[in-house]
Order: sequence, then C-alpha cells, then structure tokens
Amino acid sequence: MAKILIDEERCKGCELCIPACPKHIMVMAEYFNKKGYHPAKQIKPEECTGCTFCAITCPDVAIEVYK
Amino acid sequence: MKKVFESPKSLTKDPFTYCPGCHHGIAHRLVAEALDEFGVREKTIGVCPVGCSVFAYVFFDCDMICAAHGRAPAVATGIKRAKPDSIVFTYQGDGDLASIGTAEIVHTANRGENITVIFINNAIYGMTGGQMAPTTLVGQVTQTSPYGRDPKTMGYPIKVAEMLSTLKGVAYISRVALSKPAYILKAKKAIRKAFQSQIEGKGFSLVEILSTCPTNWGLSPIEANKWLEENMIPYYPLGEFKTPEEVS
Repeated sequence: MAKILIDEERCKGCELCIPACPKHIMVMAEYFNKKGYHPAKQIKPEECTGCTFCAITCPDVAIEVYK
Repeated sequence: MKKVFESPKSLTKDPFTYCPGCHHGIAHRLVAEALDEFGVREKTIGVCPVGCSVFAYVFFDCDMICAAHGRAPAVATGIKRAKPDSIVFTYQGDGDLASIGTAEIVHTANRGENITVIFINNAIYGMTGGQMAPTTLVGQVTQTSPYGRDPKTMGYPIKVAEMLSTLKGVAYISRVALSKPAYILKAKKAIRKAFQSQIEGKGFSLVEILSTCPTNWGLSPIEANKWLEENMIPYYPLGEFKTPEEVS
C-alpha cells in the first residue's frame, strides 16, 4: 500500500508526472489552483506502488510519497 | 506508512519561480539532496549565477552568494581559499558559464580549484528571452538565429564537458540529463560523485546537466523532453568524461 500527497498550490501543471508514472494513474485535475494551473491528480490510488517516479520528475517538488 | 520521498532539508519552502516544466527545479532538488546526504549543509556556500537561476539563493537553505555574470567560479575560488573547510559549489547556466564566463571556468578548472560546478545546459538563453547561446545546436531557431544557427557565421556548439576534461587540474566531469526518471537517478549519482570528490579534496568537479527550456523552445514540457532526447543527447553524449579512481 502506497500513497502520494500532491501540494496542489505548488503544482504548475507541467504534466511531466503523467508520462513518468509507470501505472498511468496521473492526470491533471479539471479545476484550477490559485496560480491558475490545473494541478496534478492521482486516479486509482490503490494501484500506486510508491515508486516515487512522479516525485523525482516533479520540477516543483510538489509530491510526497508514503509507503 | 513511512515517508519515502519529501522535499530535501537544504531547500527552503519557497515555491520555485521557474516556468512550468523547467528542469531547474529538478536540478535544485538533486543538489539539495546531495548536501543533505553528505550532511554538509551547515558548511556549504553556494554561488549563484546571473540567469534564470539567479534566485537560487532564495531556494537553497544554505549560505549563498550571487556573483557577477559569469564570475561564479572566480568568486567560488576566493571562498574556497579563504575557508578551505567549507563545501563550495556554483550553479550556472550556459549563458553564464559557456559565454561570458568562459575565461573564469576554464582557468578555475585548469587551476584545479577544489569546488563543484553544476552547469545547466539548455541550449538557449532563458531569462533574457530565448537568444542564441554558445550551446545552441546547429540549425536551432532562436530569437537571434531566426534562420537557425549557421556554423559558418555563428560557430559550432561548445561541448563544455569534453573541453574541460582535457585539463589536468580537473578531477571529475560528467554529463547527465533530466528528461526521464532513469536519467534523473543517474544525474543524482553524478552530483553525489562531484561533491564527494570535493569533500575528499580531489580537485575541480563539474556536472553538465542537459535540461529543457519549454518556454523559449516554444514546446510543451513533455515535447521539450522529447526534443532534448532526440536532438541534444546525440550531440552532447551522456556519461563520465573524467573520474578520479577513488570516486568511480
């Protein structure tokens, strides 16, 4: 069981976490954050393996990973 | 449940001011993680350049100095000689290091100053709005090479890592990229080796990091990563160009 925490206000919606995720469970949310970006969002959290690839790819260090 | 990934202690909580998808943030984090892991944050002095990363002093939670354009290696030399026990690194872009600061970097490397240089190569001037840099690829369109870089009048892109690795004073030089997780993990190792080589007093170390500038390349961050892998890596091969035996 693993989970990630996304700091939505730090996220700039660059989408780099989407191709980085080997489970293809990262998407962009439909709503906006305060900066006006669509923040990253995880779908199907039960599939997350905690590999940290989204977090190491994130240029804004907006993702924390728990395992 | 255990936390397996968080922002390193050597980074402040301030959000980065870089454009979405810019690799500066990843490079900052890797340097900060290396400082954390070696436990040298309290005795580290960083020198930031002029360019997009001029605000690096806001983001690194260690002592920082901002040098005049291109002069970071000269300032770092002074710091290291005055305080030889401190860990000194410079963080420079290609406009800063490979253009206006060419003299400083070449002679600092040649003197074998025991400092670490983090060199960000994104093949363009970022902060000033996308002009041609010495590292701009042949044929690449920028604000000041609107028909593409023509080597007849503009010369060829400078391969900094290869050029400096011919100098005797240099201990460690490698080139890495940040366009996918596998490369990022390798980049982390290279940055650790560079700092380790400084901690062990081996001499000058430099890590050239190929990174993207989605804004000035006119591409989305994902397209920019692809462009980097298809165009930059063939010209700027990744790997280690010089390693002291002890840190290999």
